[in-house]
Amino acid sequence: MRFLRQFCYILAISFVAELLRMTIPAPVPASVYGMAILFTALKAGAIQLDEIETPGAILLAFMPLALVPAAVGLVDAWDEIKRVAFPGLILILGGTLATTVVASASAQFVIRRDKEREK
Amino acid sequence: MTSTLTYLRDLFAHNMFFSLSITLGGYLLGISLRRRFPILLFNPLLVSLLVIILSLKVLEIDYTTYKEQSYPLSYLLTPSTICLAIPLYRQFELVKKNLRAIMAAVVSGVVVNILIVWLVARCFHLEYADYVTFLTKSITTAIGVGVTEELGGNVPITCAVIALSGIVGNALGDKVLRLLRLSDPMAQGLGIGVASHGIGTTRALELGETQGAFSGLAIALTGLLTVLVAPFAAQLPL
Repeated sequence: MRFLRQFCYILAISFVAELLRMTIPAPVPASVYGMAILFTALKAGAIQLDEIETPGAILLAFMPLALVPAAVGLVDAWDEIKRVAFPGLILILGGTLATTVVASASAQFVIRRDKEREK
Repeated sequence: MTSTLTYLRDLFAHNMFFSLSITLGGYLLGISLRRRFPILLFNPLLVSLLVIILSLKVLEIDYTTYKEQSYPLSYLLTPSTICLAIPLYRQFELVKKNLRAIMAAVVSGVVVNILIVWLVARCFHLEYADYVTFLTKSITTAIGVGVTEELGGNVPITCAVIALSGIVGNALGDKVLRLLRLSDPMAQGLGIGVASHGIGTTRALELGETQGAFSGLAIALTGLLTVLVAPFAAQLPL
C-alpha cells in the first residue's frame, strides 16, 4: 500500500508534467517540468524524501534501459549517417569529449578558486 | 519448414516479453562482462545495443516492430528522468554553494560545442541542414528534435547523433576526465551532463550521487541554453 502510494506520486507528477508540455508552447520536455515539480514538492515539504526514495531508486535503475529502445533507432538512420560519416565521427567522438573536458575543467577551476577565496 | 520459421519469427517479433527480455538481458550481460573484464568495449549500453541489433538482424525483425513491443521501457523514461530531482534535492546545499561553477560549465560547454560544430561544418563544407542537426547533438532528444525542426535540420539524423553522443559520453566521458585529472565529483557530473545528456547521466549516477545530481541538473540547463542560442548559431556563415 505504502509503496503503491509512493509510486502514485511519481506517476501523478509525470501526468502533470505531460500536461504542461502540451499546453506551454516551448520546446521543453515533460521530464524537465517533472523534475522541477518534484524538486519544488520536496523543498516545500509537500512530499517527504523517505516517501519517494524507494520508487525513485527503482526508476533511476531503469533509466538506462528506458533509453535503449530509442538508441537502437540508429539502425534505421544508418544510411543517412553514412552520408556525413567522417565529419560526424569527428563531431560525435572528438566534439563530445572536448565539450565534456571543457565544461568539467571550467567547473573545477571555479570550484577550486572559490575554495581558495574562502580560506 | 519455411512456414514454421516465419511463424516463429512472427511469434518473437510481436511479443512484448521477447523485446523486453533481449533489452534487459543484453544490459545485464554488459554489466557482468564489465565486472569480469573492465575494458571499454564492455559498456552495458554498448553490449545491450549489440545484442538487440544482432537479434533483430538474425530474426529479420524491423526496428519499428521492436520499438512498438518495447514501449513499456520507453514509457518509463519520463518518470525515471523526473526522479533525478531526488539526488538533486539531497545535494542541494552543494548546488547552492556552486552556482557559479554550474554556470561556467554550462556556458563554456554550450559555446565550445557550437564552435566545434561550426568549425567542422566549415572545413568539410557541410550543408546547412546537417550543420544545424549537429548543433543539437549534446542535448536531450526531446529538446533536440524541436530545435532541429525549427531550424530546418534533419530529424532522423538528430535522434541518431544525439544517441551516439550519449553513448560516447557514457563509455568514455569519465575515463577521459580521470586521465586529465578532472577529479572533482561536481565537475565530473557537470561535464558529462553538458556533453552527453541522459545517456551520459546514467553513467554519472554509477560514479556517485553527486555526479548524478549535477549531471541531471546540467541536462536541463544545457537544453534550455541551447534553445536560446541555437537560432543565432544557425546564422553563422558556413
